[in-house]
Amino acid sequence: MKDKSLVSINDYNKEEILKILELAAEFEKNPSQNILKGKVIATLFFEPSTRTRLSFESAINRLGGRVVGFIDSSSSSVTKGETLKDTIKTVSNYCDLIIMRHPLEGSAKYASEVATVPVINAGDGANQHPTQTLLDLYSIIKTQGTLDDLNIFLVGDLKYGRTVHSLLMAMSHFTTIFNFISPEELKMPDEYKLFLENLGLKYYEHTDFTEIISRADIVYMTRVQQERFSDPMEYEKVKNIYVLRNHMIRNTKPNMRILHPLPRVNEIHPDVDESEKAYYFQQALNGVFTRQAIISSILGLK
Amino acid sequence: MKEKKQLSVSAIKNGTVIDHIPAQSLFKVIQILNLEHIRDQITFGANFESKKLGKKAIIKLSNQFFRDIDINKIALVAPQAKLNIIKDYEVVEKKVVEVPNEIIGIAKCMNPQCITNNEEIVTKFTVISKENVALKCHYCERITDQEHLVIL
Repeated sequence: MKDKSLVSINDYNKEEILKILELAAEFEKNPSQNILKGKVIATLFFEPSTRTRLSFESAINRLGGRVVGFIDSSSSSVTKGETLKDTIKTVSNYCDLIIMRHPLEGSAKYASEVATVPVINAGDGANQHPTQTLLDLYSIIKTQGTLDDLNIFLVGDLKYGRTVHSLLMAMSHFTTIFNFISPEELKMPDEYKLFLENLGLKYYEHTDFTEIISRADIVYMTRVQQERFSDPMEYEKVKNIYVLRNHMIRNTKPNMRILHPLPRVNEIHPDVDESEKAYYFQQALNGVFTRQAIISSILGLK
Repeated sequence: MKEKKQLSVSAIKNGTVIDHIPAQSLFKVIQILNLEHIRDQITFGANFESKKLGKKAIIKLSNQFFRDIDINKIALVAPQAKLNIIKDYEVVEKKVVEVPNEIIGIAKCMNPQCITNNEEIVTKFTVISKENVALKCHYCERITDQEHLVIL
């Protein structure tokens, strides 16, 4: 994994994923070390994403590394009309690793081809966000003790949600049972269902989950994003369709945990937050350890 | 006495004849095969009657022989094209085109949010279906189907 860019979750095989999760556990025990001393890491955010950027920068700072970069494209040479290629080629000269967020899909792949240092994709439009997926996996293994034989509920926008697609791909390395809960309009695309079928993995589709939530080990909630809808009426119809409330999780398994990539809008009611089954804020903390693991692995330090 | 002028459009001595090109794809085929830069004699014909295609086009290229890897690129716009390889006025080989496994350049990604539609980048696709052509973009991972296929 040393010197190898991380653009898509498919860039890592099962062994590499497990290696990152092991390293993340090590960093959780000892999150402040000086192993990035002398390293300069560029965080290039062509669109703002405060949460992701702070998580990366926290991970780097705790390991003694230095950060250069910009937090949105208005403060970079992009406003002067510089191409992505030129920006990446130039920044490659200044750092040991590039972490980039960009609104256009495929931008991270392209950057990894023109850069002379490795690139970590921190989100390229609606395409990939692999460090999110790895932190989701770390949250799952940490709360369940295993990644095998879990019953995973994916809830909300399964059509456009990149986090659920990447999580599905990553969990397909393990013997997972998938339950897809979405309105008709936002069902899991056929290509993913076919992918699971070819692997012999089971999945079930539902439009409601109040009756079956007792079977879940992981409930992964997602936000229905307004910007995905061209017709505002369509959005109004589905936006409040799944709101998880505390009374709904009363009869769930003791090990069940609720995950959410955040930010949430209203799909998890605040009355769930106090439940020990609400895991989304710890999940965000896990992101720091997971990113420490990814960065140090790519830089060949672990 | 003036000699009667006659154009030599009929047979070629050595070269390749590409037949069964849909008439509307002729200029795309010319572009994909980069025929502009060929010095030898080339004959084009368009809008011939064809039972199979309605209107078809044909290209005769003297002294040109293509590698499969190059000629297969035209399969995107002329999937039923047939090639006759001519040596000394005789057809020595017949070939059909086949959609390749990978397409570099030629096609445009249908995703407007793809980086290849926003910056000067050579497109690259994996062919995931050959019958009803479907191309998966190497960059944005979206699928461009036959219906939305645009040749650059």
